[in-house]
Amino acid sequence: MSWETVIGLEVHAQLSTNTKLFSSASTKFGSEPNTQVDLVDLGLPGVLPVVNKDAFKKAIRFGLAIDAEINQESTFDRKNYFYPDLPKGYQITQMSKPIVEGGSIDIDIGEDKKTINITRAHLEEDAGKSIHDAYPDKSVIDLNRAGTPLLEIVSEPEISNAKEAVSYMKALHQLVTFLDVCDGDMSQGSLRCDANVSIRKIGDLELGTRTEIKNINSFRFIEKAINFEIKRQIKVLESGGKVTQETRLYDSGKDETRPMRSKEFANDYRYFPDPDLLPVVISDDEMEEIKSTFPELPGDKSKRYISEFQIDESEAEIISTSRELSNFFEVAVESKNDPKLAANLIVGEIGSLLNKDNIKIDESQLSSDNFNVLLQRISDGTISKKIAKTILAEIWETGRNADEIIDDQGLVQIQDENLLEEVITKVIESNPKQVDDYKNGKDKLFGFFVGQVMKETQGKANPKSVNEILKKLLS
Amino acid sequence: MSIKFKTLSQLKELLEKKELSSYELVSETFRNISSSKTNSFITLNEEAALNKARDFDEGKVDGDLAGIPIAQKDLFCTKNLRTTCGSKILENFIPPYDATVVDNLSKAGSICVGKTNMDEFAMGSSNETSYYGTVKNPWGLERVPGGSSGGSAAAVSEGLVCAATGTDTGGSIRQPAALCGITGIKPTYGRASRWGMIAFASSLDQAGTFARNAEDCALLLNHICSHDQKDSTSISDAQENYLDNINNDLKGKKIGIIKEFDISSLNREVQDSFEQSKQIYESLGVNFVEVSMPNIQLSVPTYYVVAPAECSSNLSRFDGVKYGYRADDVGNLEDLYIKSRSEGFGDEVKRRILIGTYVLSAGFYDAYYKKAQQSRRMIKNDFVEAFKNVDVIMSPSSPSSAFKIGSKTEDPIEMYLEDLFTISSNLAGVPAMSIPHGFANGLPIGLQLIGNYLEESKILNFAHQYQKSSDWHLKNPNLGESS
Repeated sequence: MSWETVIGLEVHAQLSTNTKLFSSASTKFGSEPNTQVDLVDLGLPGVLPVVNKDAFKKAIRFGLAIDAEINQESTFDRKNYFYPDLPKGYQITQMSKPIVEGGSIDIDIGEDKKTINITRAHLEEDAGKSIHDAYPDKSVIDLNRAGTPLLEIVSEPEISNAKEAVSYMKALHQLVTFLDVCDGDMSQGSLRCDANVSIRKIGDLELGTRTEIKNINSFRFIEKAINFEIKRQIKVLESGGKVTQETRLYDSGKDETRPMRSKEFANDYRYFPDPDLLPVVISDDEMEEIKSTFPELPGDKSKRYISEFQIDESEAEIISTSRELSNFFEVAVESKNDPKLAANLIVGEIGSLLNKDNIKIDESQLSSDNFNVLLQRISDGTISKKIAKTILAEIWETGRNADEIIDDQGLVQIQDENLLEEVITKVIESNPKQVDDYKNGKDKLFGFFVGQVMKETQGKANPKSVNEILKKLLS
Repeated sequence: MSIKFKTLSQLKELLEKKELSSYELVSETFRNISSSKTNSFITLNEEAALNKARDFDEGKVDGDLAGIPIAQKDLFCTKNLRTTCGSKILENFIPPYDATVVDNLSKAGSICVGKTNMDEFAMGSSNETSYYGTVKNPWGLERVPGGSSGGSAAAVSEGLVCAATGTDTGGSIRQPAALCGITGIKPTYGRASRWGMIAFASSLDQAGTFARNAEDCALLLNHICSHDQKDSTSISDAQENYLDNINNDLKGKKIGIIKEFDISSLNREVQDSFEQSKQIYESLGVNFVEVSMPNIQLSVPTYYVVAPAECSSNLSRFDGVKYGYRADDVGNLEDLYIKSRSEGFGDEVKRRILIGTYVLSAGFYDAYYKKAQQSRRMIKNDFVEAFKNVDVIMSPSSPSSAFKIGSKTEDPIEMYLEDLFTISSNLAGVPAMSIPHGFANGLPIGLQLIGNYLEESKILNFAHQYQKSSDWHLKNPNLGESS
């Protein structure tokens, strides 16, 4: 029997505001437990929430980027349930009138693009953290995270498989980091997703019973969790069983999902408008201000790089899809360096170093200033591009200044034509067979001679001069 | 010199003329409280109060209310001073911060002598739901003082303090003011900050005050009301000086009588007092107009959906986890919740949590909560329409005078009808007050004056002019001193 999968994702993006959604406590990650809480976060009797407008600005920026409707008047509701890390006994969220409605996100599926529609994106406060394994006989609570602003982005059930889900997540990740609405750090839970997964027979119009996999926090786990769940559901249905609507947890250690709690017994959340908060109205002026400070998105950036700097299309795309790389590239270009050269090195050598260490450019030892020095030395002929790669590798390890490395290691390019002619003559003399073949029409061997010269000069020969002298001596 | 029954203005003058020191005043206040039989206070603040009195006497405290002892309803958080909200669940709760109202009054130089008794979480109209014992009415110790701010009302009525704060969600200032024969005012919703007020029903709760007359109330409101950025529902309109218009002439002004309130069904004496009060206003040149408010009959049912709904959510934080009462011998988390809340809350609070939980449940929300929001809007519109034609609306504050302790506890519906006349102003958010205007069965009754949105100055003006032409507000219970 053939099955098709229907997936909808609910992504929680922690907004990168300085303070919490309804209090003035800091949102910084990793502080001592319960040090980033004020009276409001503790849910003390008599305290009241006050909206952080900055969270709204970020949510609106996201909404504009996905071409959504922005509700300039939005409201907050209370979602009531008891849990020790939820100090008020309710979560403040946007149920009836969210800040963002509609919109869509394009994702890559192989060579093609697919559009995933967004249902809504709403603001809500995060809960604290219950810790059950720190003490043998009690659970403890850390409220540092309580009240942190989240943007919950809900997709339509239009995702067809685990790969698409990952693609969607990657597209969202790129978007929220570019927009500076979220730091995108999945390992710290800044971006995490719940996946609603169901299967149905191909051709069926009605959706199958879904399960919800909670709190998946890496691209890899999204793919694995969903694939496991699809297989599990198929097995259940094909053996004559029924899928139970429930919340499941992905255990990455065992690579399986298992039930958390059954939705049938789940709380009736008794949503109602929060009487402590008036509708939040974003004025036209505020909207204009948000629009005027809107950052350039990858697609536009890529186009601009191609038209403005004539750089290679594939390089433009790679650079523009990373916020860090595009910043790095733009700093280099602004410092009057050759854009093509900069792009080439960023995508090539630097790209593979980044991949090797699995870090971002701003986490590396290569500063923009040092990269500028390197680019200038290539442009002014002091070093060759080939030597530049050696220097980059050294900077990567030590963070030393490019000029220092060039001086210390005598990497200055050989420009002296007499010296080069000497080396090249030697190369020709020691390869008589190749010289004959070349002269008999095997043009491709020219590269072989260049290679040999470079080998003899440890790559320091000026390639342009080598070409000229070789041509002269071989003719 | 006896300080009992002195008004705020009189005490101010005595202090200013140095005929009385604040220390003497505050010491005498604590002596009076300790010999009182009304059970008005839950917690006293003796040491801090005497220290501040001494500071005042040494010239270190100034402000409009400097050196004057006042009482705070035990629903306002007071830093380092136990705040119980009348509940067992907060029996040991000591807030780390002051409510804005408390802070405002403290900055004006007043001295908080203690926290007054109240219905548990302000839910009640008789003060019988307090975990700390029923408050007794100074006009008859077997009678209730009204509620929920019964302790504050009784304390002022008995002359223990010249002023006390209250909160009013459905009549919790006006009804006890009426039953204790004093003046009490609830300003427009949003005039006084709710920061630090333990929430009952957030969209209805409003702080206000009790005093011996309207003029003192105006002076107190000048400090109680303020725009507060910590409360999103706080009104940002410019603060008024509520004393500015208090002496305005009432000639040609109009008072509306609500057609749908059937006064003729009430006690004869209540009717007579109402007629006499109309005559007093007529003698001041005021005209009476009948106003129709067709939806006002919906007030009580609307209120008993909205208020419990909000309270069911507001009281979720009292779960035994972070502060307040926690049950012993609990097996697991659910057990902790169930036992702490079952043991920590009283019956009336539980009743309202259950009603509220029910009306917000999936499947019932539209039939109850949503419908109640719609009728609330209709009631609000009735006020908007009525105030197009009149300056002030007048009604009795409560259907009768103080009833006997225990007489209505078995019938919650009858108890809820105590707030028949007061509830609609909370639903509409408009200011309202109660002033003493006669007696029924030998016990005081109140006249309610309702003002348009933000027009507390006007009702204070009407109340003050009434009190200049009558002496009901000068009558005192003869407990304590003479008996």
